[in-house]
Amino acid sequence: MQFMLLFSRQGKLRLQKWYVPLSDKEKKKITRELVQTVLARKPKMCSFLEWRDLKIVYKRYASLYFCCAIEDQDNELITLEIIHRYVELLDKYFGSVCELDIIFNFEKAYFILDEFLLGGEAQETSKKNVLKAIEQADLLQEVRRRCRDASQCAGGNWTDINMLLLLLIIIIIHSPHTPSSASYSAVCS
Amino acid sequence: MSDVVEKTLTVLPSLLSLDSQPGSAKLSSTSKLGNLIRGITELTSKHEEEKLIQHELASIKEQVSSPNTSMRQMKELMVRAIYCEMLGYEASFSYIHAIKLAQQGTALEKRVGYLAVSLFLNESHELLLLLVNTVLKDLQSTNLIEVCMALTVVSQMFPKDMIPAILPLVEEKLNHPKEIIRRKAVLALYKFYLIAPNQVQHIHNKFRKALCDKDPGVMTASLHIYFQMIQENPDGYKDLTASFVTILKQVVGGKLPMDFNYHSVPAPWLQIQLLRILSVLGKNDQSTSEIMYEVLDESLRRAEMNHNITYAILYECVKCIYAIHPKSDLLEKAAKCIGNFVLSQKINLKYLGLKALTYVVQQDPKLALQHQMTIIECLDHPDLIIKRETLELLFRITNAQNVTVIVEKMLEFLHTSKDDYTTIDLVAKVAELAEKYPSDNEWFIETMNTVFSVGGDMMQPDIPNSFLKLLSEGFDSVEEDKKLRLFAVDSYVALLQGEPGKLPQRFLQVISWVLGEYSYLREELEPATVLRLLAKLLDMKNTSSETKTWVLMAMTKLCEGGAGVSVAREVSETYSSSLDTVLRQRAQELQHLSQDSELRARVIPRDAGLEPLEVDSSLSFLDGFVSEALAAGAAPYKPPHQRQEELAQAKALSLEPYGLSLPISMSSCSIADRQSPTLLSMSSGLSGDSTDLSHKGGSTTLKLDGVRRVWGKEGYLVQREPVEEVAQVEVPSPLRSPSQQGEAESSHSQTPTPVPTPEPEQEKQQLASSLFVGLGSQSSVCLMGKSEPTPQRFRRKAKGPGSSPCASEQISNSLVSASSTVDKLLCDNLLDSNVTSELPVSSPTQTSHLSENLSTANGTCDVELTDSDIKGSNPSLVRDNGVAVAADPAPHEDPDGPKDLCLSSHLPAELAGLSHSEITPLCSSQNLDLSVCHVQKKDSLALVVFIYNSSDTDIQQILLELDSGELEVSCVCDSPVQELRSHGVAVCQYSLTVRRPSVHVEVVGIVSYLLPVGTRQSAQFSYRLPLTSFIRPLTVSTEEYGTMWLAFSNDTKQNLTLISDGQESLTATLNVLRKKLQLHVVEVIGMEGIVACQLLQDQPCLMHCRVHAGTLSAWLRSPVPDLPDCLIYYCQRALQEH
Repeated sequence: MQFMLLFSRQGKLRLQKWYVPLSDKEKKKITRELVQTVLARKPKMCSFLEWRDLKIVYKRYASLYFCCAIEDQDNELITLEIIHRYVELLDKYFGSVCELDIIFNFEKAYFILDEFLLGGEAQETSKKNVLKAIEQADLLQEVRRRCRDASQCAGGNWTDINMLLLLLIIIIIHSPHTPSSASYSAVCS
Repeated sequence: MSDVVEKTLTVLPSLLSLDSQPGSAKLSSTSKLGNLIRGITELTSKHEEEKLIQHELASIKEQVSSPNTSMRQMKELMVRAIYCEMLGYEASFSYIHAIKLAQQGTALEKRVGYLAVSLFLNESHELLLLLVNTVLKDLQSTNLIEVCMALTVVSQMFPKDMIPAILPLVEEKLNHPKEIIRRKAVLALYKFYLIAPNQVQHIHNKFRKALCDKDPGVMTASLHIYFQMIQENPDGYKDLTASFVTILKQVVGGKLPMDFNYHSVPAPWLQIQLLRILSVLGKNDQSTSEIMYEVLDESLRRAEMNHNITYAILYECVKCIYAIHPKSDLLEKAAKCIGNFVLSQKINLKYLGLKALTYVVQQDPKLALQHQMTIIECLDHPDLIIKRETLELLFRITNAQNVTVIVEKMLEFLHTSKDDYTTIDLVAKVAELAEKYPSDNEWFIETMNTVFSVGGDMMQPDIPNSFLKLLSEGFDSVEEDKKLRLFAVDSYVALLQGEPGKLPQRFLQVISWVLGEYSYLREELEPATVLRLLAKLLDMKNTSSETKTWVLMAMTKLCEGGAGVSVAREVSETYSSSLDTVLRQRAQELQHLSQDSELRARVIPRDAGLEPLEVDSSLSFLDGFVSEALAAGAAPYKPPHQRQEELAQAKALSLEPYGLSLPISMSSCSIADRQSPTLLSMSSGLSGDSTDLSHKGGSTTLKLDGVRRVWGKEGYLVQREPVEEVAQVEVPSPLRSPSQQGEAESSHSQTPTPVPTPEPEQEKQQLASSLFVGLGSQSSVCLMGKSEPTPQRFRRKAKGPGSSPCASEQISNSLVSASSTVDKLLCDNLLDSNVTSELPVSSPTQTSHLSENLSTANGTCDVELTDSDIKGSNPSLVRDNGVAVAADPAPHEDPDGPKDLCLSSHLPAELAGLSHSEITPLCSSQNLDLSVCHVQKKDSLALVVFIYNSSDTDIQQILLELDSGELEVSCVCDSPVQELRSHGVAVCQYSLTVRRPSVHVEVVGIVSYLLPVGTRQSAQFSYRLPLTSFIRPLTVSTEEYGTMWLAFSNDTKQNLTLISDGQESLTATLNVLRKKLQLHVVEVIGMEGIVACQLLQDQPCLMHCRVHAGTLSAWLRSPVPDLPDCLIYYCQRALQEH
């Protein structure tokens, strides 16, 4: 995948992720053109677009357009499902997601995207695993904040040790429930 | 115990935080970001928004640079900066602070910092260097989250040069107990592989371990790397096919944990990735394909649910089935699938169906016939994307009979399309079709006119070039040529009389060239009239100066006689003071030539288009100038890559603490170098190094082998392509005989477009019949780059094998004289076509030429020689010193052992003292046994062939011919062996030199002789030699070495294994190389050594070795292409064997 864009029906960009190095000028140009092209399409039309030398796969969810650019040999339908899976993830994380969630918590949306797609390739396709990774990170920061707040209140140094302990425990908790799939041993020939 | 802890601690976060639910982090309405967003939504105009954001950015800028800002505030600021950037406002001042945040922040702050970095910067941004240390630190962190963050950012972007710094740490993470870390590490390595493949070469076995990982996520991630590697080198990974098939079987069979299901389909992403890998592996490989038939069948069977995800898998399956070696029942099923797609009501599936059809119609044109009505419907689909894809499909099935209808449809689309990319693409396709299947002159010229006017100045420059070339080179009959040119002239004069101002510049250039060249053909047309028309073009405001030069050129050709001269004078006066130097030059030429008609006739001979003009692409005429300049102290020319390299060496950061410096420069230059041998040889050809040139020989002329040529000098060249097995499956027999087809074609060309009838259905039927005409018969389907088993019947036939591929090297005289621009463009064009020569298409002239070449090169392999042939040819067999040496008369029971001995006794006297290779039997026929050995002389390699007569009768007229693609074979003595007594041995000696280095060189030959009964017998043989037999040490001093090193342009770099780890490892390794490969060690300084050798005769190759991190980085250079590659191969082998 080359890039992913989220924009509203009004053409406002909500999220952009570029997996190919491009200059800001190019990015802006591409975004502008693409938003225009996609918004001009009618609802019953094909979700795939040939645009320049790329293939654009887009889908509209409520007022948001999700739009991915892929190479010619990539599978369009699976890209459509990548978009869908991402929406599912957002939905699960925010609890029936709406555009406002993404506007106000766009950094969270980015974090989820980074756990799901990395460097333009699907990194983890198990919904549970993605959310687990996100929650772990969220949890960590919450804990830290609490600890720091507590330490500020108490004015003592004990929290450092406490925090370390907590972190340690949390890491243990979230250690793998390793799926039993020894069946891959066949590969190790 | 751990269960208890777990239970307790899972509730911990909710105790600790008030907003513990991750989803409840909803509108942090009080935050500054919230305020900003709300502020923006309340605005009504773009201008207000800009003001607000600028204000916001100013405040962010102030705060980030204030020392009192805490990291937590910084995080908040960064989020706002990201938001502003997303809205399209630049916040570059915050980049450095993002890096700082990633460096100094804790947990969330760091996370936001990394996020900001990955959003703000791209791979090549210089600030990214500052991130390296942070990443390094985080990778070593004991906190998993931090490691995850570091790996995430690394997999998205990392400076290429800094990869060695973190590579060991990332590698280490492959063994991490947590699967999420392993997965991210694999993806990071994938990223490294993409940006710098040679840096991760050494960890291929670790990739294999990742492939075998017990976690499906890690395994899936590793498939990305494998897909990439397999695409680059499918042969290297054939052994993994069975493993991939096993994995796919398990996935399809539902053996994965439920987590990986997506809408109750097991791991669809994994399935699709595997299918893509399999399709690459099975391509053109029957045995590999056979392994996967079963699992493909099962995948097709399992994917039955009506959901997008199953269609995605089905689509990939179909693609795979058509990519691999065909199997009829799978093809049938795949065809059915495509049918379902095409007929589907869902528009996305319809699109994919059409796409699949476009893809498979190359192999199975029948499929398009089945769906013709659907295709017709899609042609009028309201969605342009569907329409466009349909045209693509039609393009693939175009033949001489339906070309007019299809081109008409394409032009129709072109008129409505507004997208530049589509226009450029379609215009090129129309031009291609029109040139391939010109149904008649009028249609051709008119179509090209539309192409030029619609395509305008956007289209690829090779379209007008090839059109002009076609016009100038002409076709089969002179009469036809004249008609075509006349028609073009008429049509252009009409256009110029109309509104030339609306025509694109390129078209005007074409018009002026054609008028300049051919308007004399229309006798009633006064040159002065044409001149005036052309002069009108010059006066137009929007005419570019390039077009003006074309126009002036055309005028130079036309200014003849009274009226013309006066127009010419007027024009030349205007432009001889032009600021544009090219224009001024042309105006001067026009002025002089219009006044001196005799000179003009000599400079621009009329209709000289067919006279070849030799182009000296090596610029050898500059040699004198170059050597003079060199003598005067000028620096020798260095090809660009070499300059860059030296620059890089001089300037680049020292990466010593992190890793190899040599491999890094390798990544920047060697890839490009190796992949473009043509470019290399060009650049070295231009270097003015005359020794260089003499070595290459071939590189002084353009290389046109394998260049696809649809039009030759004589017009269209009938395509005859190697028939691929794939296409042979179920190809229907031709529906009509060629002659009938020809009739249909000619009648068709008279009524090019179908007359529309009022009933829409009937119209469609008619359209269908005109679109799909001739599709059933294999002979007339145009398969893009695929086989076309029988030659196309064509109105303009090729003249036959008269023209050689060299023809295209010769640029027609008139073109050059006409315009240097044309000349240049054509040259470019040739070069372009040179580059894109991979298409397996070859014209019959080429094939015939090739086969001629082959037959001369390999000797007359399969042809039994006749007597007359022998007399005519000059047999190259010799007797040793002119006399057949008598062998010991007793026939041996055991032919090998003792004969070997006795054969060696027959070695020519001058070779007897030298060591010879083992005498190996070459071939034996009824009466003759041939054996061979080679002897390494100091300055040459001698090949000695022993002919032993094993029969009891004498053998007459023995004829031995040797040849080789890579070698120059010359016979040492030239008196042929005429006869050989019973049980006698004759010895022939040849001297071999290398023409073109390759890892193994082969000599092929044929021996023929006359039996006493009068019949002629022949036998073929081949003998393979390693290139090392031709390698000799080259004794040079270090200084000489230095100058030679700079002069050579073909290079290769690779890491070799050292043979021992001790102090003396370099010397020991070099000694092995010296002994085994006869290299000369020039000097060893510390950890570096320089080695030189030469390939007979006088083709030096230099090697620079450097010990680093337990390996030997070798860098080879030579003036001869391929030589470094071959040599490094032998070095590797020598060291492995040791």
